Order: sequence, then C-alpha cells, then structure tokens
Amino acid sequence: MSDTTSTGSARSGAPSPSGASPDPITAIPLRHPGRWIIAVVLVAILALFVYDAAVNRPTYDWPSVAKYLFDRRVSQAVLVTLELTVLSMIGAILIGGLVAVMRLSPNPVLRALAWVFVWIFRGTPVYVQLVFWGLLATIYKTITIGIPFTTAAVSWTTQEAISVFWLAVIGLALNEAAYMSEIARAGILSVDKGQDEAAVALGMTWGQTMRRIILPQAMRVIIPPTGNEVISMLKTTSLVTAVPLSTDLYTRTRDISAETFNPIPLLIVASIWYLVITSVLMVGQYFLEKRFARSTRFIDVGGNPVAPTAAAAGASAGEPASGDATNERGGA
Amino acid sequence: MSDTASTAASAAPATPAARVAEPMVRAENVMKSFGSNTVLKSISLEVGRGEVMCIIGPSGSGKSTFLRCINHLEKVNGGRLFVDGELIGYRQRGDKIYELHPKEAALQRRDIGMVFQRFNLFPHLTVLENIIEAPQRVKRQGRDAAVKRATELLARVGLADKAKAYPASLSGGQQQRVAIARALAMEPKLLLFDEPTSALDPELVGEVLDVMKNLAASGMTMIVVTHEMGFAREVADSLVFMDGGVVVEAGDPRQVITDPQHERTKAFLSKVL
Repeated sequence: MSDTTSTGSARSGAPSPSGASPDPITAIPLRHPGRWIIAVVLVAILALFVYDAAVNRPTYDWPSVAKYLFDRRVSQAVLVTLELTVLSMIGAILIGGLVAVMRLSPNPVLRALAWVFVWIFRGTPVYVQLVFWGLLATIYKTITIGIPFTTAAVSWTTQEAISVFWLAVIGLALNEAAYMSEIARAGILSVDKGQDEAAVALGMTWGQTMRRIILPQAMRVIIPPTGNEVISMLKTTSLVTAVPLSTDLYTRTRDISAETFNPIPLLIVASIWYLVITSVLMVGQYFLEKRFARSTRFIDVGGNPVAPTAAAAGASAGEPASGDATNERGGA
Repeated sequence: MSDTASTAASAAPATPAARVAEPMVRAENVMKSFGSNTVLKSISLEVGRGEVMCIIGPSGSGKSTFLRCINHLEKVNGGRLFVDGELIGYRQRGDKIYELHPKEAALQRRDIGMVFQRFNLFPHLTVLENIIEAPQRVKRQGRDAAVKRATELLARVGLADKAKAYPASLSGGQQQRVAIARALAMEPKLLLFDEPTSALDPELVGEVLDVMKNLAASGMTMIVVTHEMGFAREVADSLVFMDGGVVVEAGDPRQVITDPQHERTKAFLSKVL
C-alpha cells in the first residue's frame, strides 16, 4: 500500500531523468457532420422567423413595443409586481414553514389542522381563491376586535381595513404557503433520523431539536426549490386581476391596450419585463445553489448515512496526524 | 477489575447513603415489542456505580434496543427500568403508572449520555459548537463556561486542535471521539455506547477504545454494546450475552469468554473470537 503511494507521488511530482516521459497522443478528432447539419437548418429557420417578424408582420408593431417598454405606467406596474412577489413569498415561507412543522409535530390536532390547510389551499385553483379574497368585504362587512361577552370592541369596515393590494398578497401567500409547506416538509424529512436521536439523547426538547438541529440542515434541501417557487410566484401575480387589483404588470399593460386597441405590442412589453425579472432571479438562484453545493460541511451524516465512513476513509488515508494523536494519548 | 469499580465508587462525589446502595441501572423484567414483534422478552440486570458492562450478542438479539430503552429513546412496554433509582419514562404513584411529559423525559435524558454507531454529529456545527450546544441550551450554561469545559474535553479525547473543524473533515475515529466529548459535556452519570466502533475502519478502532478505557478508569459507569471482545475482556466488570430478547449468560467477562456455560454462548463466541 505504502509502496504504491510512493511510486505514484514520485511520478506525479518530479519525473526521474532516466524514465522517459510518455508520448502524448495526437489523434484525429471524431467528426460530427450531423450536428453541423442540424445547427445550420435551425439557424436558417430562426433567421427566417426573425426576418419575417421584423418586416412582414405589422401587427407586432415594434415601434409601439419600444414606446411602451419604458413607459412610466409600465415601470410602475413592474414595481407593483415585484412588491407582490416579494411580500407574498415572505408570507408563504413563514406560513409554509409553520405548517410544515405543525404537520410533523407530535400533536395530532396540529397535524390535522396542517393537513386541512394544505388540502384546501393546494386543492383549489389560485384564481378562484383570489376571487374569494376579493369578495371578503362582501362576506364579512366589518372586522371587529373585542372581548367576548362585553361591549368593548374596535370595529372597521373590511373595505377600509384591507386594501385590494393586501388582499392580493394574502391570497397569493396562503396559496403558495401550501406548496412551501410541502417543500419544507420534504427538507425536514431529508435530515437523518440519527440527528434527531442525538439531540434528544442530549436532553434537548422537540422544539430545540427542530430549531437548532433539524431546520438548519433542512435548508440545504429547501432552498433550491424555493428559488423555483419565487419565479413561479412572479408569474402567478398576473392573476391578481381576479381580486381585482389592476396595478400589476400584466393587468396594467392590458388596460393600456384596451385604450389603444393594439394588444400585441403590450403583450410583448409585459413578456419582456417578466423575462428580465425571471433572468435576474435565475442568476440569484444559480449563486445560491452553488453556495449551498460548495459548503462541504453539509455533505455529510445528514442526508446519507453511508457518507461518514466514506469521508472517514478519505480523511484517514490522507492524514497521518490522526495516528500520531492516538500514540500521544496512549503514552500519556 | 472489581478493585477499579470500588475505587471509582469511592472517588465519586458523595451521594446520600441510601442512593449508594442503589445500582446505577436496574432492569426488572424489561419487555419491549414493536407491534407483534417482541424484541425484549424479559431482561433483568444490574449495573453498579462505576461499573462497565459489555453487552454482546448476534444482530437482532435486542441489545441495541435495550440500550435505547435505558434513555427512553424507546418506550418500555413491560417491567421496570431504573437509572439511579429513578423510574425511566414513567411515574409510579401507588399502583398506577403515568406517562412522563416529553419535557420530563428530556430532563431524565440529560444525565444519561449516549454514543451512537454512526456518531450522529451535527454536520452544520463545528466540533466545538457540537459540544457546547446541549450544555448551553439544555443546562443553560454560559458560553464561556461551556467553551472552557469543551476545550478540556477535547484535550481529553486528543482533539484539542480540531475545535474549529467541521465533522465532515474528520476521520471516523476522530468523529466518534468528538461524539464522546459531546456526551461528556452534559456530565452524565451514565454513558451508553451503541456499537461505537462498528462503523469504523479497523485501523481507527484503537483510538476510540483508548478513550473509552480512560473513561472506564476514571470511574464512569458505562454500558457498551460491542463486538470488541478484547475490550470486553480487558475493561468490562461484567459481560452479558443476549440472544432472542433474553439474557442467556452473564458474569465475569474472562470467565464467560474462556468458559461459556450455554451452547448458544459457545456458538456465538466461536464465531467472533
């Protein structure tokens, strides 16, 4: 074993002058004519489509696209869409995390409650839910906070208390929370059972174990799909017209086109903005995932129970120090 | 070996006289089943203060389950299990038995340390953070005190230079030594080892057994489920052979190993020795 290692290192380190260095292989690379043919055909089709769209199709109305792309009303609407996305996602992550923990709690009442929540909010279309939130003021005309069986109370009309924007945020957040809770639950379940046992054996309570040991490790599994959900949420905000909220990107561009009787360029404007934001989010997601993949400290006992021995073997092979430590202690 | 046990007992901090007479662990007809599968039929044994007991037996004999019952990771279905005179997992009033609240069970566990076959270190925390986590959260120790104690413990297991390392960067033997330090940080009165060297490469077993030997010599009460016959012979005060959920044979380790009385013990030992 030690022999193999020494010759190996000698070869890779400094080649001995006597040993002839091996001849490099200069092979003729394999040709791929099929790839070239496909590429040429596709590029030709694309070029034709672009030329056609630019010259022969006046309904695209490119001058209007350029005119409205940076229109102040449109950029304001982009901002509203971003606000909706961020606020709804924050709400969804908080509620979803809570629901996931409830779903896994030892308390059967909380478990059932969490199940019903996911059942309802995942089981009905988000559009229908948004219409319902829009009708909140019709169903519950006033909101009253008071002490039961007394007259002491504060009351608002629902319409004054909650704006359409916040109704949209609530609607989007609750729907998304159902999906986020499933993602968080999968993350929590991905943590090795031994982690839970080790924490419990140390006398930690269920809450401490969850907060300090399980959730931090579950993040590795939770974060990548959450990035997907953010992108999905960005596009779902185009449904808030159901509430009805009319200040978001899609509804605003449609309203403008209702005045100009020219819907196609504004659809293109909206699409361009959605694509731009999605692209920015994708870059963010790429770095987030890279960061979590890189930290080797997470690739360990957590997920795969076989990992530690493999890591151990690797570490011990390349590290004579561990043997020294043993000897030292043995002497002392 | 009985000498070591008695000196250890006298070296231990003074306890009320009544409690000294009580063994550290007393199992009376302990029964455990998972559904219709009875894993422990009726286990009765005692582990004295400062004693080291090794439990051996074929896989599926219930030895790990018994160990897990001692700190209530598994609920006992029948019989009684006492640690330091305290009934584990339940409260008895008259002839009625009440389940303990999880917080009370957690309180019982903090005095019982456990070392696992697969180490179960927290991979997202450094070695030092692994050790100070429970003293800080469970015992409400200050950070400085916890760090000071952890540093001492790391020196004791020969890993003083690894405080800032993450578990994944350590060898299996080093990880298991950290796991022992983590258990010791709670200052347990009893340490349970569930096959602590079974997941290790052969050349790393020695360093973990060395730490365990030192612990035994310092008077720690230990129950070790193991296949290391050399360790059992050298360190244990008593050896228990379990098979099929019962204690087949128990006694002085050298005697059990060299002169087993039961056929099943003989058959098992002939395979592992």
